[in-house]
Amino acid sequence: MTARSEAVVIGASAGALEALSAILPQLPAGFRLPIMVVVHVPADKQSVLAELFQNKCLVEVREAEDKEPITGGTVYFAPPDYHLLVEMDRTLSLSSDEPVLFSRPSIDVLFESAADAYGSALIAIVLTGANQDGAHGLSTVVDLGGTALVQNPDEAFASAMPEAAIVLCPDAQVMSLSAIAEYLREV
Amino acid sequence: MDAAVTDDLAHERTEDIEIRLLLDALYYRYHYDFRDYAMASIKRRLRQGRQQLGFASFSAMQDALMRDPDMLPRLLGFLTVQVSEMFRDPSYFRAIREKVVPHLRTYPSLKVWIAGCSAGEELYSMVILFREEGLEERTLFYATDINQEALRAADTGIFSLDRIPLFTENHRKSGGRHSLSEYYHAAYGRASFDKSLRRKVVFSDHSLVTDAVFGEMHLISCRNVLIYFNRSAQDRALGLFEGSLVRKGFLGLGAKESLRFSSQAGSFVDFVREEKIYQRSAQ
Ligand SMILES: C[S@@+](CC[C@H](N)C(=O)[O-])C[C@H]1O[C@@H](n2cnc3c(N)ncnc32)[C@H](O)[C@@H]1O
Repeated sequence: MTARSEAVVIGASAGALEALSAILPQLPAGFRLPIMVVVHVPADKQSVLAELFQNKCLVEVREAEDKEPITGGTVYFAPPDYHLLVEMDRTLSLSSDEPVLFSRPSIDVLFESAADAYGSALIAIVLTGANQDGAHGLSTVVDLGGTALVQNPDEAFASAMPEAAIVLCPDAQVMSLSAIAEYLREV
Repeated sequence: MDAAVTDDLAHERTEDIEIRLLLDALYYRYHYDFRDYAMASIKRRLRQGRQQLGFASFSAMQDALMRDPDMLPRLLGFLTVQVSEMFRDPSYFRAIREKVVPHLRTYPSLKVWIAGCSAGEELYSMVILFREEGLEERTLFYATDINQEALRAADTGIFSLDRIPLFTENHRKSGGRHSLSEYYHAAYGRASFDKSLRRKVVFSDHSLVTDAVFGEMHLISCRNVLIYFNRSAQDRALGLFEGSLVRKGFLGLGAKESLRFSSQAGSFVDFVREEKIYQRSAQ
């Protein structure tokens, strides 16, 4: 690793709940890094993700707010129907720009902006999903020296998204969910 | 760090510098100021613009912009986001109807400012709401934006017919008293909204970043505009709103916009918290 990690971004789609449940509740209280998460959810569904995970996790979990300063040890979920981005000054911003690859929030949008802000100090993780979102973003993360982890497609609820990510980022580390959780606990 | 990574980082920095210079050029040459926008989203849209307009670099794009005024509207098309709906977030319009309108009724004449009105979706929603509540006659609406093309579109009141089912559903959910179809005429795939809806509307080119206060407003609705600004531009715009509102005048923001991280928070109090409707403080 070229730099001490400073942030984690995660993207997940079909099967996200189960996959995230194998990772986020495993993080210890006092976990050092902020984690920004995009999950594809229908626009009209009031997001319950933050609430749901709050009760299961030792780290703080919330829905991201526009202009919010990023703090370590907090999980931020993108609100439904808004893109979540990281600014260079390490605050969060939301936008209602057009969907990207039919998705808003878009994993690519989060990953690319976070790569700009954190460079080699970023860990990006692509989990289960039935589309291609996240692959481009992950390759930007790799181009800027960050760390790429991808859920093993064979174990994923939907393999298309991790497979697309591996095609664009052949050097990404392919891992089981428990190995990803373990990796994060050790950073 | 290996060489490839160093190169990419160097490239990244070069691009950031070029974007900053491009935005400077845009400001000094045409007086459009995007320097205090939320950069992550601007950067993304500029990258798209550069690719679609076929420039090899932002420097090349800047050069073209300096010499060719026709580049300006094309660039503005990428820099401003025109995503909108009529009665977007119906619960917001319901709150205006049920909670704000009763206060507005107590004034003999009213001024309403729709700031960042895009192609008019929010404006027509508000005029229709005021007509349904019997307030239209005593109201003057100011609709402003920096995107001239959007303002022109707003002035025609024409929307693609395939957007109407969503608008109709939103209008109904917002507590609409009539069917939306009473306000437009459909033909050739387009819905033209009745020109009587524009009788009390003044359109103007106004920037929340560079222009001044706008007279004694009773209600300012500025939705999904501040979200594109950085904190300092947000604070400036909110200062502008405070200066443009009558005492106890109302300010409505977008669903994900709030005063929480703003230094202007003290100038306003919550009125309908969950709908981001505020009231100018009394002092
Ligand atoms: C996403 S649209 C919002 C439209 C509508 N208010 C709504 O909520 O659906 C944002 C609008 O803000 C306008 N805008 C951007 N910068 C502005 C500025 N500095 N002053 C005024 N309007 C601005 C854009 O041109 C665009 O029409």
